[in-house]
Amino acid sequence: MNVSKKDEDSGNLGIFYHLDKTTVLQEARVFNETPIIPRKCRLLLTKIIYLLYLGEPLGTKEATELFFSVTKLFQSKDIALRQMVYLVIKELSTIAEDVIMVTSSLMKDMQPKSEVIYRANAIRALCKIIDASMLPSVERFLKAAIIDKTPSISSAALVSSYHLFPAGKDVIRRWANEVHEAINSKPASLVGSASSYLTSFSTGASSYATQPSTSNINQYHALGLLYLIRQHDRMAVTKVIQQLAGGGRSGFGSSSSVLRNPFAYCLLIRYAAKILDEDPNSRQQMYELLEAWLRHKSDIVNFEAAKAILLQLFLSSPKPTQRFAAIRALNKLAMTHPTAVQPCNLDMENLITDQNRSVATFAITTLLKTGNEASVDRLMKQITGFMSEISDEFKVIVVDAIRSLCLKFPSKQAVMLNFLSGVLRDEGGYEFKRAVVEAIFDLVKFIPECKEAALAHLCEFIEDCEFTKLSVRVLHLLGVEGPKTTTPTKYIRYIYNRVILENSIVRAAAVSALAKFGVSVGDVEVKKSIKVLLTRCLDDNDDEVRDRATLYLKLLEDETSAEKYVKDDSTYSLSALEKQLVQYVSTSEATEKPFDLSAIPKITKAQAEAENTRARNIDHNTTSQTLGGVSATNVINTSITTASRDVTTPTPAGLDQQHVYARKLAAIPEFASYGELFTSSNKPIDLTESETEYVVSCVKHIFKEHIIFQFNITNTLNDTLLENASVVMQPESDDISLEEVLVLPAPKLAYDQPASAYVVYKRINSDEYVLGSFSNTLKYIVKEFDPSTVQVEDIDLLAGDYVLPTYLSDFTAAWDQLGEDGQVVETFALTAMNSLKDACAKLISLLGMSDVENTGTPQSTSLHTLLLSGTFLGGIKLLAKSRMTYAPSSGVTMELTVRSQDIEISRFVIGAIA
Amino acid sequence: VNLTLYTTTAVILLDGDGNRILSKYYGSTGRNAYPSAKEQKAFEKGLFEKTRRANGEIILYDNHVILYRNNIDVFFYVVGSAEENELILSSILNAFYEAVSSILRQQVEKRAILDNLDLVVLALDETIDDGIALETDASVIVSRVSRPRTDTTDIPITEQTLIQAYQTAKERFAERVFKGV
Repeated sequence: MNVSKKDEDSGNLGIFYHLDKTTVLQEARVFNETPIIPRKCRLLLTKIIYLLYLGEPLGTKEATELFFSVTKLFQSKDIALRQMVYLVIKELSTIAEDVIMVTSSLMKDMQPKSEVIYRANAIRALCKIIDASMLPSVERFLKAAIIDKTPSISSAALVSSYHLFPAGKDVIRRWANEVHEAINSKPASLVGSASSYLTSFSTGASSYATQPSTSNINQYHALGLLYLIRQHDRMAVTKVIQQLAGGGRSGFGSSSSVLRNPFAYCLLIRYAAKILDEDPNSRQQMYELLEAWLRHKSDIVNFEAAKAILLQLFLSSPKPTQRFAAIRALNKLAMTHPTAVQPCNLDMENLITDQNRSVATFAITTLLKTGNEASVDRLMKQITGFMSEISDEFKVIVVDAIRSLCLKFPSKQAVMLNFLSGVLRDEGGYEFKRAVVEAIFDLVKFIPECKEAALAHLCEFIEDCEFTKLSVRVLHLLGVEGPKTTTPTKYIRYIYNRVILENSIVRAAAVSALAKFGVSVGDVEVKKSIKVLLTRCLDDNDDEVRDRATLYLKLLEDETSAEKYVKDDSTYSLSALEKQLVQYVSTSEATEKPFDLSAIPKITKAQAEAENTRARNIDHNTTSQTLGGVSATNVINTSITTASRDVTTPTPAGLDQQHVYARKLAAIPEFASYGELFTSSNKPIDLTESETEYVVSCVKHIFKEHIIFQFNITNTLNDTLLENASVVMQPESDDISLEEVLVLPAPKLAYDQPASAYVVYKRINSDEYVLGSFSNTLKYIVKEFDPSTVQVEDIDLLAGDYVLPTYLSDFTAAWDQLGEDGQVVETFALTAMNSLKDACAKLISLLGMSDVENTGTPQSTSLHTLLLSGTFLGGIKLLAKSRMTYAPSSGVTMELTVRSQDIEISRFVIGAIA
Repeated sequence: VNLTLYTTTAVILLDGDGNRILSKYYGSTGRNAYPSAKEQKAFEKGLFEKTRRANGEIILYDNHVILYRNNIDVFFYVVGSAEENELILSSILNAFYEAVSSILRQQVEKRAILDNLDLVVLALDETIDDGIALETDASVIVSRVSRPRTDTTDIPITEQTLIQAYQTAKERFAERVFKGV
C-alpha cells in the first residue's frame, strides 16, 4: 500500500538527502496556513525530526518559534499528523522555552474519551513539558491511566511517572496502590477491548486493526516504578519479591505466576540479589528464588540469575573454593578490562578480609586495578594487616599494584610510603625487596613531596639490608638526591655507617656517595668532615675502596675537575649516539678516522629521563615533519656546506620539537644576534587548505625582542618550480609597535620539497607584548614566468604565543609562593562551550600553558578546576587556576585566576580570553 | 547493578559508509554519556570502524555494550551501559529492527528508511521512551505507528472554490518539482 506506492514514486527519492535547516525553518510557515494539509505538515515534521536526529544544533529562539507553530496543528483531527506532532513536541521540549503552554492541549487528548493513540502519546509528551509543581493537577488523570486496561496507556503513564519521579517524589509516592494494581493486571489477551491504532489505508480513519500486546511489558514498567517508590523499605521490597515470585518453585513458568514479562523478572532478580547482599537472614530464601530463576523459560531471566549468582553468591559463598574461583576469574578480567570489573567492586571489598589469604590477595589486587582514590586508604589498611601472611609472589604483585596506584593518585603518597616502608622492614626475599625499593625510587622521582621521607626510609633500610645489590642502588640514589635536600648531613651518617660495617662492594658505593656530598654541598663544614671521612677510607683493605677514596679526595681539592666528573649532569643523547655509531661502523671510509664524539648532542639526565618516558608516545608525524623541516634548512643554507652534514643527520627520535626549531633557527646566520629561542607555537598553523597548489603553514617563534614567523611552503604541482618565494605580511592595524626587520625568502621550491621562508619582526617597545592579526600574501616567481602572488589566510599573534608551557609538579606550593600581589581574577561566561572538556582544551591552547596535576581532562561534566603553568617571555613564572562549571542552559561559566611575578603580565594574559 | 528501568543509552542508525542516518541519545545531561555532537560523532565513527567488517552482533566498545545488526547498507545499533544484561538489549534491538523491517516490507536499506522516515522515527519512539524500553513486541510497535492518509486536505471537494482548486493544483505541482530535485 503505502510503501509500494512510494517505491513506484521515484520522485520521492532524495527528499531527505540534502536537508538544510534554514529551508526547513522557512517551510514551517505551512503550519500556520488554513486549512491544514496533514500530509504535507507531517512530511515537514519528519524533516524537523530528521534534522534533530542528525545532530543539527537548534537555537533556543528557533526552537521556541518552531514549537509554537507546531502547536497550531492541534486544530487538525488527523491521527497520523497528531502522532508526529507529539514526537516533535517531545524532541523540542528540551530546547524550546515556555513549552508548558501546550499543557491544556495535551490534557484534552488525555481524557478517557479520546482515541487510544491520542491518550498514550499525550501522556508521554505531557511528562516532558510539565514540572513538579503541575503534577497535582494531572495526578487524577495519571492515576487513572496507570490502571487503564489498555497496555499502551498504562505503560505510557508508568514510564512517564518514572521519568517524573525524581522531581515529584512526594506526589508519585501516593500512587503505590495503582502501580501495584498495574503489576497484577490481567494478561492483555484477556482484555477484549484492547485496540491498537494502525490507521488502515481506507479513509475511514477509525477502523483499527486489533493488535494486543503479548509482551506484558507494562508489568516491567510498573515493577520499576514500584521499586522506586519502595526502595528504602527493605521489608516492603522483600514482600514484593516473595509475592511476585509466585510463592516458591512450583509457581515458575506456570501460567499462575503473576509476572509474565522477562524484563520484569530481571528487575526482580536484581532486587533479590541486593536484598541477599544486605540481609543475611534472607539469604537462603533469596538463593532458592535465584536458583529457580535459572530454570525460567526465558533465557534473559536465566542469564540475569546466573550473573547474580556468580557475583553475589559465589563471591559471598561460605565455601572458599567458590569464592576463589569467582575472584580469580574477575582478577584475570581486571588485567585486561578493569572497567568491566568495576561494577563488582563492592562485592570484592568484602573479600579483602577473607580468611583465605589467596582470595583476599586476589580481591585486593583486583580492587587496586579497578579502584578509585577514595577506596585507597581503606585498601591500604587492609593490606597491611595480612602482608606478613602471604607468599613473596603475592607480595610482589601487591607492591607493583601499589606502585602504579601511587603514580595514579599522588595525593595518597603518604599512606603508600608508610606502607612501603613498613613492608620493607618485614621478612622477604630479594625479588620482593627489590620491588619495594623500586617502588620507593619511583616515588622519589615522580612525587617530590615525599622525597625526604622516602630517603629517610631508605636510609633506615640499608642499616639492615642483606642484599648488596639493593644497598648499592640505594647508596647511589642517596648520593644523587641527598645533597639537594635541606639537611644533607643527616644522610652522611647513614652512608658512613656502611663504610664501617659492610662488604667491599657496598663500601665502594658508599665512598662514591660521600664524595657527591662533598662536591655538591656548599657548606664548608660538611666538606671538611667529608674529607675526614674519605681520608679514613684510605686505610681500607679493599683496593677499589681505597682507589675511589683517593680519587675523590683529589677531586675535592680541585673544583673544576670535580664539576666535570662528579656533578656533570649531562649525558649523550643515546639515540643520536646509537645512530652515529651505526653510521660510523657501516661506512668503510669513516673507520679510517676516529669517531667524533663531540658531534653527538648532549642532553641533561633529566631530559634523557623524560625522553625515555615519552619515547613510547612519540608521534610519527612529528618525526617525519621535522625531517622535512631539516631538509628545508638545507635548501636555504646552501652557503653553510660545512655545517650541512650535521644538519641533515636524522633528527634524534624524541628530541623535542622545540629543540629542532632551535637548532634549525640557530643554523641561519641572520638570526644569530637574536639570542636564545624562548618558545615556539607548538603546532604549525595551516594557512591554506591541504589540497591547494601551494600549501603554507606558519610557526611563530618568540625571541627576547624578535618574533620570527616561519612559513613552511610546499609546492604540490609537479611540473612547476617556484623561485624566491617569500611571504608579505601586513599587520591589520597600522599603529602596531612592531618593526619588520628581515624577510628571508625560500630560494627554490621544487615539487613536494618543503622549504621555509621567514619574516622577522622586532618589538619596538620591549615592555609591550604586541597582539594582532596579519594578512599574508605569498609572493613567488614561477620559473621562466612573471612574478605572481597568492593571498593566504591571516595569522593572529596571540597572548599565548608569549608563553612557554612548563610542567610543574607541585602547583599549590608554587601558587602560594607567587602570592596575591600579581594576581588578577576575572569571571567569564563561555556560552558557546558545550562541555568542560572543550573549555579546558580551548583554555590551554589560548593561554599556551601546560596543564598540571592531570587537570587537563575533567572528571566531572559539571564542575572542574583546571591548573595551568607556564613561563612568560623573559622567564616570568606564570600560573593560572580556572574554576569552571557547566550547565546545559548557560554553557561554561569560569572564574580564571592568573598569578605571576608581574601584575601587568597577569593582566595581559587574562586579556587573552574573550 | 542497574536497578532502574533505564537500559538504553542510544539508538544509532548508520549507513554503509558510517554516516549517520539517525541517532537518538537518551537522557538529560546527567545520564547522557555523549552530550555533545562532537563526542557523539567520535563515538559513532569509532564504533563503525570496529563493527563494519566483523560479523558479530555484539561488541564492548568505549565502556558500553552495543548490540548491532546490519542489512545491505544500514547498521542498527542499540547502546547500553557496560553492566546491562546483554539479552535485554538484544531483545530491544530485535524489536526495533523487526518493526522497521515489517514497516519497510523486509526491504531494510538506506533508501527505504529515508523514504519512510516518518514511520521509522515513530517506530523508534514507540520502542524506547527516553532510555526505557516501552515495547518489545515488534508487531505491537508496528500497529502503534500511524500512517499518513493519501488525501492531502481535510476539506470535502464540494466546498472547494475554483481558486482553492487552482492553488491546490499549484501546490501539488510545486511539490512534484521539489521532489524531482
